[in-house]
Amino acid sequence: MSVAKSLPHDAARLHVTGAARYVDDIPTPQGTLHLAFGLSTVAAGRITATDLSAAADAPGVVRVLTADDLAHDCDVSPSNHDEPLLADGRVHYVGQPIFLVIATSHLAARMAAKLGRIEIAEETPILTIEAALAADARFEDGPRIYQKGEPDAALEDAPMRLSGRMEMGGQEHFYLEGQAALALPQDNGDMVVHSSTQHPTEIQHKVAHAIGQPMHAVRVETRRMGGGFGGKESQGNALAVACAVAAMETGRCCKMRYDRDDDMIITGKRHDFRIDYTVGHDADGRIQAIEFTHYTRCGWAMDLSLPVADRAMLHSDNAYHLEHVRITSHRLRTNTQSATAYRGFGGPQGVLGIEKVMDHLAQELGLDPLAVRRANYYADNRQETSAGKAIDGREVPADAGDLASRGAPQASGDVSVPQSGGQTTPYHQPVTDCIINALTDRLADSADYQARRAAIAAWNADQPVLKRGIAMTPVKFGISFTLTHLNQAGALVHVYQDGSIHLNHGGTEMGQGLFQKIAQVAASRFGVPLEAVKITATDTGKVPNTSATAASSGSDLNGMAVQNACDTIRGRIAAHLAERYRCDARDIAFDGGMVQAGAERISFAAAAASAYENRISLSSTGFYKTPDIEWDRIAGRGRPFFYFAYGAACTEVVIDTLTGENRILRTDILHDAGASLNPALDIGQVEGGYVQGAGWLTTEELVWDDKGNLRTHAPSTYKIPACSDRPDVFNVALWDEPNPAQTIYRSKAVGEPPFMLGISAFMALSDAVSACGAAYGDLQAPATAEGVLRAVQKARN
Amino acid sequence: MALPPTSLSADIARAAFYAASNAAHPLGPLVPRLVKHMDITFLLNEEVVSLTGVSPTTTLLDWLREARGLTGTKEGCNEGDCGACTVMITDEAGSRALNGCILFLPQINGKRVTTIEGLAAPDGAMHPAQQAMVEHHGSQCGFCTPGFVVSMATAHLNGARDHDVQLAGNLCRCTGYAPIIRAAEAAEGTPVPEHLRDLRGGLPQAAEVADALAANVVQPSSADELAMWFEAHPEATLVAGATDVGLWVTKQFRDLGDVAFLGRCADLRGVEDGADTIRFGAMTTMTDVEAAIAPYYPSFAAMIRRYGSVQVRNAATIGGNIANGSPIGDGPPALIALGARLHLCKGGARREIALEDFFLDYGKQDRAPGEFVEAVSVPKQKDTLRCYKLSKRFDQDISAVCGCLSIIREGDTITEARLAYGGMAGIPKRAAAAEAAMIEQPFSEATMRAAMAAMADDFAPLSDMRASAGYRLETAQNMLLRYLHEMQGHQTNVQEVSL
Repeated sequence: MSVAKSLPHDAARLHVTGAARYVDDIPTPQGTLHLAFGLSTVAAGRITATDLSAAADAPGVVRVLTADDLAHDCDVSPSNHDEPLLADGRVHYVGQPIFLVIATSHLAARMAAKLGRIEIAEETPILTIEAALAADARFEDGPRIYQKGEPDAALEDAPMRLSGRMEMGGQEHFYLEGQAALALPQDNGDMVVHSSTQHPTEIQHKVAHAIGQPMHAVRVETRRMGGGFGGKESQGNALAVACAVAAMETGRCCKMRYDRDDDMIITGKRHDFRIDYTVGHDADGRIQAIEFTHYTRCGWAMDLSLPVADRAMLHSDNAYHLEHVRITSHRLRTNTQSATAYRGFGGPQGVLGIEKVMDHLAQELGLDPLAVRRANYYADNRQETSAGKAIDGREVPADAGDLASRGAPQASGDVSVPQSGGQTTPYHQPVTDCIINALTDRLADSADYQARRAAIAAWNADQPVLKRGIAMTPVKFGISFTLTHLNQAGALVHVYQDGSIHLNHGGTEMGQGLFQKIAQVAASRFGVPLEAVKITATDTGKVPNTSATAASSGSDLNGMAVQNACDTIRGRIAAHLAERYRCDARDIAFDGGMVQAGAERISFAAAAASAYENRISLSSTGFYKTPDIEWDRIAGRGRPFFYFAYGAACTEVVIDTLTGENRILRTDILHDAGASLNPALDIGQVEGGYVQGAGWLTTEELVWDDKGNLRTHAPSTYKIPACSDRPDVFNVALWDEPNPAQTIYRSKAVGEPPFMLGISAFMALSDAVSACGAAYGDLQAPATAEGVLRAVQKARN
Repeated sequence: MALPPTSLSADIARAAFYAASNAAHPLGPLVPRLVKHMDITFLLNEEVVSLTGVSPTTTLLDWLREARGLTGTKEGCNEGDCGACTVMITDEAGSRALNGCILFLPQINGKRVTTIEGLAAPDGAMHPAQQAMVEHHGSQCGFCTPGFVVSMATAHLNGARDHDVQLAGNLCRCTGYAPIIRAAEAAEGTPVPEHLRDLRGGLPQAAEVADALAANVVQPSSADELAMWFEAHPEATLVAGATDVGLWVTKQFRDLGDVAFLGRCADLRGVEDGADTIRFGAMTTMTDVEAAIAPYYPSFAAMIRRYGSVQVRNAATIGGNIANGSPIGDGPPALIALGARLHLCKGGARREIALEDFFLDYGKQDRAPGEFVEAVSVPKQKDTLRCYKLSKRFDQDISAVCGCLSIIREGDTITEARLAYGGMAGIPKRAAAAEAAMIEQPFSEATMRAAMAAMADDFAPLSDMRASAGYRLETAQNMLLRYLHEMQGHQTNVQEVSL
């Protein structure tokens, strides 16, 4: 059976030979035109005059479009209908598209896009948390508040109190393949779009709207992305819509890809957060009550900010049982790029908030931070039950048709929520699948945490300049889209008469190996070698109404849908063979490329041919919806998550106390992927997620100037981890127990959870800082060399 | 810029010819500036390619992807920072990895280009690096992979096994690099495939520019030829490695005006290791500077290993690093701390100055129109140099502060100090007050602290996206303490800590 095997990525051979085709590599018809946006250079203001004659006259330019030239409503928002494709009278950030150049080459379009003369009456931009609070510039009517227990009273009663703040920067996705789309106009006004997107259905929806057609007129195809990380959940809408509109205008194929600098200036990034905390605790660091206040800069448009901010609240507990807790979340509107989905979707920010509390408590109390963490862990494997409570309604945004977006409104209705008591999250979901204590024990043992901690202390005592630090941090991550209706998936499977299998589902491939995992599922269901299964591009014409490949849900949802489709066909074949060979259909086995039917053993191909000749349908759709989840996002009550994924990481670092320079020396990870569908691919997600998470908290710094210009808009100034930034010693292992929840082959989602393992690198830096002095260094993120030096100074004073 | 009438008409004629003969070229007739053209010949994988009338600022990447449909080579950043466009370039000196996105077509005249499509054997057998990348799960999204594989194959060909260095110029966002390094280690030591063993054989004759002195795009073959032409075209742009000029074109769309590509000036390239000095021709690449300087000043060589990436150092030249005049280049502070001399040439006239005197003010150097940097020479002396490069990321990052310190002692007394810094002023600059505070003082923490205090008078650095002014000054000061600790035998470098 091919499930659980460490097979290479399905396209590995194509990747290494340069033959894997991305959107910009697709051969285009003669006469294909190329697009580029002219961008606002002002963060806030009113457009008073537009002179695009120089751009229109530039060599190679075919047309230049502004908002006034668009025949239909061209909104590109995934949520609130607040992102016009081209600025319609006002600009809201530096980098906002104002006009669209259609030209005969990519270079000609880019050059002409610099030639627009736009006069803007500038207004004072809102750039900071303080400015947004002062102006009451927010999304939603006020702060969102989740509460459990009696936090005020419990804070009063606690023997000790501690307050602090955690500032954390955003993060540029830096997918290596920039945003790209290609639109090919068809007869009768139809449109085919190739898009580098995690969400083909949303591209279809947005393009259909923009060209004034029903969704059936638009077919979107995505074979692969050169990286997504959340940055291609909604940020590809603008390019696809622009290409479709330009293709309608000109009748020619249109392609658009952002130059890297444009990509970084135009598109949204991870939300930066400030988290203030007050915690009541005892002398052992046990938390008795805690209050968090989240402030996040959402940028100029809503995009997916509400569910991102929700998920940050939903991960404020991480792996810790909080009896009395209040989380207040301010979603602030600023004149910057509209912050968007990024691996973890707010979860990492919420987790970092409470990990900072653990670190602060431990250093304040002079305890081993791991001991404080353990003292607050949820208990392993406890069971609770639930009862009901009604949900509040919520205002429906104008573009209510965009139901497949995570920014869409939650349907209201009765929601069963658990009563208080027992082991529940701050949103009252019982935690019944906890393994974090056992997992921590095993990792602490294999990483030799205690002995190394002692050795580091001894080493530090002898070092005048360098200091080492070590930290071990857990992750518990909730799996499911928090917009409950997105937890569904479809599949389409054909078996041909020669026994070869055509596989299609709603998930997209961005490098995570989803297609291979799902092909392994299909091959296992039919008992055939993997080579019998043809993986095909995601196509809205084959599987409709797909959810974004996001929230780590790809294999959970699509794997089950594919299993469902395969089992339908397999059941038909089995019924046919049972009749033919006069045996019980339940006794028919599919294995090793053969089908055993009673005493007969025939090849799968022969079985398929026999079924075909007997007029048995060998094609089926499949469908899956996640059971048992419902919650009220306004009240913060219910069961948003089907299950939790767990993991822990132990990182050792060294810092230079003269410059703040630092380096990861060793990392040990134990991560829970359930019964892994493909351990090699899952370990790849863990290793990559860890390094990306560590990058977020160390070298990756977004800097805006006081005019709202992003100053770090290229890899020359925005530094993602390079090869030598990975840990010298990097031990990664997978937890070896299946998922107690009924998932595909009892596996667990693995895309996002390991990202938060990178927090251990940040906490190890904080530990090294603590070796420099008695005061709390209060390290903030990203911990650049400058940030570390600042903390060293604070620790010494 | 204004061109002489004769070349203007020649250009129009060329442009018309170009439009008629090569209309499919994506950049040719569409570029909204008056483009100059030239002819070039090179080997692309196994095929001889002769192009006539190419725009000299067409990048190899654009040509491969758009004119040739070879889409295996990717554009990730279009500025030489991500390595997705890495190609292998072979000339008489050997094979090197270079970034195709900032490599102009004239720079490959007479050379061999091996792309990702040329690495598998003619029978389709994958290169050992390709095979290892599959077996070790080294690709996820796959977009950076061709660039990694070309870097790995080039390192494999050259027998290089310092994988972190060899791959520092290739960014991957998916894997966290661990499986890529495992693949590189697995491939090391396997035989070089037959079809890649003699890439230097059969290099084509470079296409020549007729009437070079009058032409406005040239590839001179000697310093004297360059000197004559540059004197006649004193406002021209000289292109050495194009690691900076490349971005003027790909990001800023600047018209380079008249252009000389210096890659064929053999006498401008190379190292003369003399009795008292080491002389570097201006066209010596940073890769070659690193190798030549390592025996004498290992700290300088170690810093050069962090200068750009392999791809950048294979293109970038020491002359370009100096003549560019950047206040944040890493070469000048080290060279100034060593007391380097600069050799300049204008027409037939040559002069020599102290390198530190070359940098007059931000964007202004002691260089006359038509004058160019011919060489830089470094005195051989007892090695007291330590180079401290401070940046957000260890590899391939522009310095926030680059401090190059040389403190000479007699016994315990400091007799001379040369403390040169980049990133602290509008030019690479010595910390004169701090130096003065050290002279005739004991080599001690008290002296260093006094010099650190004095340094506040030397510099008023800026705050920018790389660092704040306060951090710059503080770390520039702290580098004196680091120097002291290092000389006292303490561990001071996080890179040297291992478990």
